[in-house]
Amino acid sequence: MKILIVEDEQDMLQNMKDFLLKESFVVETAESIAEARNKIGVYTYDCILLDINLKDGSGFQLLEELKQKNIEDGVIIVSARNSLDDRLEGLNLGADDYLAKPFHMAELNARVKAVLRRRQFNGNNKIKIGNLSIDLDEHEASIDDKPLNLNRKEYEILLFFTSNQNRLVNKSALAEHVWGDHIDQADSFEFIYSQIKNLRKKLKTAGADIEIKAVYGIGYKLITQ
Amino acid sequence: MKLLNYTTSYFSAILLVLLGIWAVIFYLEMLDEIYDSLDDGLDNQKMLVIKRAKQDTELLQRSQFKDGNYTIRPIDKNSAISFKDFYRDTLMYMQNEDEYEPVRLLETVFKKDDEFYKLKIITSMVEEDDLIEDLLFSLILLYVGLILSIVLLNNLILKKIWNPFYTLLQQLKDFRLGKDQKIETVPSNIDEFNLLNTRVEQMLGKSISSYNSQKQFIENAAHELQTPLAISINKLELLVEKEELNEEQIELIASVLNNLEGLTRMNKSLLLLSKIENQQFPEEEIVNFNELITNLKSDFEDLAGHKEMKISIKSTTSLKYKMNKGLARILLSNLLKNAVIHGQRNSEIEIEISAKNFIIRNTANNGALDPEKVFSRFQKDSSSKTSTGIGLAIAQTIAKKYEFQLTYYYEQKHTFQLRFPR
Repeated sequence: MKILIVEDEQDMLQNMKDFLLKESFVVETAESIAEARNKIGVYTYDCILLDINLKDGSGFQLLEELKQKNIEDGVIIVSARNSLDDRLEGLNLGADDYLAKPFHMAELNARVKAVLRRRQFNGNNKIKIGNLSIDLDEHEASIDDKPLNLNRKEYEILLFFTSNQNRLVNKSALAEHVWGDHIDQADSFEFIYSQIKNLRKKLKTAGADIEIKAVYGIGYKLITQ
Repeated sequence: MKLLNYTTSYFSAILLVLLGIWAVIFYLEMLDEIYDSLDDGLDNQKMLVIKRAKQDTELLQRSQFKDGNYTIRPIDKNSAISFKDFYRDTLMYMQNEDEYEPVRLLETVFKKDDEFYKLKIITSMVEEDDLIEDLLFSLILLYVGLILSIVLLNNLILKKIWNPFYTLLQQLKDFRLGKDQKIETVPSNIDEFNLLNTRVEQMLGKSISSYNSQKQFIENAAHELQTPLAISINKLELLVEKEELNEEQIELIASVLNNLEGLTRMNKSLLLLSKIENQQFPEEEIVNFNELITNLKSDFEDLAGHKEMKISIKSTTSLKYKMNKGLARILLSNLLKNAVIHGQRNSEIEIEISAKNFIIRNTANNGALDPEKVFSRFQKDSSSKTSTGIGLAIAQTIAKKYEFQLTYYYEQKHTFQLRFPR
């Protein structure tokens, strides 16, 4: 899987690159529209992470060029401008997703994986990890073909973890992803714990060979055995 | 009282006093003039009568007025010598009016052939009560006439003169900082009004620009903070994944992360606040508050369930209002979030919806809050570590934008009431 990050903020670029490299992606970077244009002309990318405010112009410009040239790389807009207008414009210009800064790395990972999945698993929209399989069309998880009977939140949590296998998932990243924006000021994320507990119990009873491990003070990790 | 009426009322009081004094003086002057001319007439007649009496001795026998206007009576010498001409008012029976009327009387003495005679001459006089009545009547007429002309003048001329003032006043009445209004003044020939206009324009210009720069500053600051915050959080997330970290180090990083995330939340809230104040949410649609709160309830169910709280919704009718849907969601979710976070464990959050009101109540472990302060920014309940203290300020800002009344009161429970206009 080949990913291009277009971002002019050095530190931001390095963070995303480091993180995605650990996911065994091939990561290339560009710090300007011109540089990105050159790279896109030569290679095909599975996913492009595109910043909007760049030194030599707007990311929307590049997006438009991609559309005109019928280049069908997946695009996720990554922008500090969290306005509805930008979001709509980006999606209208053919972006696959819009991620507002600041974001959690786990969230970025989930978004990238979702874009990649949509583009690759044509018709066969399933995730398999060990004996767990998730049917993304049916919103159903099963262990050894036996349904797990998860509720909506548990399903979302599990899906988020599978996008971030063996990686540390921050509690607040999980809360924001599953419960949405307005939970972000919640007093604490303790309530997540009871949801995780239920999910763990269901996984264990079904004999799953994956495990959600708590990392004290920070969050959780999905471990594959 | 309006300025125009105010001056009119002053004028009418002053005029009443002035006209009163003027009437008394005028009356006395006039009366004096009348007496003067009557007395002159009497004096003239006296000379004529005396002249005639010297030729016609028959006249000397005339002791009654009868059809004439004088009497002559002989008097003794002693009293005659000390006698001086003397005018006085007296009453006399008038045949035509069948009553006693005032007359002016002159008494004098003259000498004829060593005999002394006393002469009395009368002439009819003005009737003072009639005069006063006439005068009073004309005065009232004059007074009313004056007041009417003042009112008329006020309304025509003064209104025209004061027009720049009233135009300015009307605009100031409707002026609100942050609403992007312009004050348009009417140029005037009057220095005071021109001064007022320029001063008000200058002062408003200053307020608007400092308001804007403050707004801009908050927005820029919040915006500029986003990227370094994002970088720091992401770097820590990468760091914490390093294998060689021990539990203690991870805990330290977790604490830094928590604080940075708190900062991010506060920053987002500040950005949201300034966006609302900058009118950056122009899209409006009909929002159904019953549906909205039901959706939000299910979003908050997990959090409420964790605190063993129940959320009950009682609605008598459906409440709909045209506004920005995103803001409606933020408004209600902030109120609900506030209730869930600050409500007691094992209690109930009551929500009531009626045609014009949205009420939310939660139980309290600390009595009433200060209704003045509860909506101000950074007003924090010390028991809550991660709340930013901005949620209710945002709710109030949204409420104000749409002219809803968001109030807090305490009746055994903390109650937030959102009253819709209409």
